[in-house]
Amino acid sequence: MIGIVNYGAGNIFSLTAALNRIQVGYGMINSKEDFDQFDRVIIPGVGHAGAAMNKLRETGLVDTILALEKPVLGICVGMQLLTSYSEEGEAELLSVFPLKTLHFKNRVTLKVPHMGWNSVKAEADCPLFKDIPENTYFYFVHSFFIEHSPVYNGATCNYGIDYSAAIQKDNFYGVQFHPEKSGTHGEQLLINFTKI
Amino acid sequence: MLAKRIIPCLDVKDGRTVKGVNFVDLRDAGDPVELAWQYSQQGADELVFLDITATHEGRKTTIDLVKSVAKQVNIPFTIGGGINELRDAEILLNSGADKISINSAAVRNPQLIDDLSKAFGSQFVVVAVDTRFVEGANYVHLRGGREKTDIHTEEWIKEAESRGAGEILLTSMDHDGTKNGFDNPLLGCINQLIHIPLIASGGAGNEQHFVDVFQQSNVDAALAASVFHYGEILIPELKERLRAEGIAVR
Repeated sequence: MIGIVNYGAGNIFSLTAALNRIQVGYGMINSKEDFDQFDRVIIPGVGHAGAAMNKLRETGLVDTILALEKPVLGICVGMQLLTSYSEEGEAELLSVFPLKTLHFKNRVTLKVPHMGWNSVKAEADCPLFKDIPENTYFYFVHSFFIEHSPVYNGATCNYGIDYSAAIQKDNFYGVQFHPEKSGTHGEQLLINFTKI
Repeated sequence: MLAKRIIPCLDVKDGRTVKGVNFVDLRDAGDPVELAWQYSQQGADELVFLDITATHEGRKTTIDLVKSVAKQVNIPFTIGGGINELRDAEILLNSGADKISINSAAVRNPQLIDDLSKAFGSQFVVVAVDTRFVEGANYVHLRGGREKTDIHTEEWIKEAESRGAGEILLTSMDHDGTKNGFDNPLLGCINQLIHIPLIASGGAGNEQHFVDVFQQSNVDAALAASVFHYGEILIPELKERLRAEGIAVR
């Protein structure tokens, strides 16, 4: 069973719909006690990273999340929250990963937001991409990205610049794209997360 | 590599598709959810639903449709039509829509673009623009191209971007329905003006038209309706063709 951290940052309809399609059970995490009911955790999120971080702090769940030993997957802004800092709102974040979330503006000349299907190059050792072909396209919508890290990289995306489209460290994982909107390969990635 | 997107557009009224659809093996040609699913299986990158429902009851049916699509289809979709205020958009967001498209409501009240992008993020806000070339200039038109405004298309699109639009869906009324190809010079010109994605619409008749619009105007996506619904263009074959021409597709 997957617990979804329910902190009010964005709509989780698409995520729960995808979990229903792949027949994976889930529930909402609203309090510290709720974590015990689930064997893995998803942190969703769209919108403003600074605002999302404030909402997450208000739930009082931060310390529990940091201490988790079960698999955790951050999606989009939920992944960015796992880094140490975002230029969006100059926000101090969870610092699970000693990485920064940066704005595309002034770093690439391409259009921002980065919107649409982009191919990603997964690291061979990243379990999220098991049974997913090389250079598969996933659906992205974002204006901020996680600086590329050879140490924590799970998959690389190039959009004028190489950045980490997926990250991994111990039991923590994150993806910048939306697996719940990325066709069958996105669904496979969610299935893979349930088997880590 | 960022792929160029292929987007089928479905007109829905009271929860049913209205333009004829000519698919084989389709149990119910009027069911937008089944059509949406079929398109997602064929490799469509995104879907647009244009709601032309006039009645309040029909609108409720549309919201149920949005929920069903969000539940069953694993690619992003946009819904346009009938969105006049923040509340309309919020209901659609909570029903599972990835984006909303606004057209005349934004022309009448440009502040709506600011309000929507602040409330839900610019990635949620597509501004659709219908344009027609009249006496030497491009003008924004309303009501499916029937009502001319005095607003220059180029100016309006730049304003929409600065107010927080996340994407522009530009339909050339001069090309729409002709099947003679997209308005590549205009699309290329607009694409140079903005720094947000541009979706081309109006004029698709064959595969070459999609090759042309991507090669000549470098837009991010191309939208069409009837050529897909009637099976005149099959998305897997179209993608194969685009790939052979060196255009990045999924």
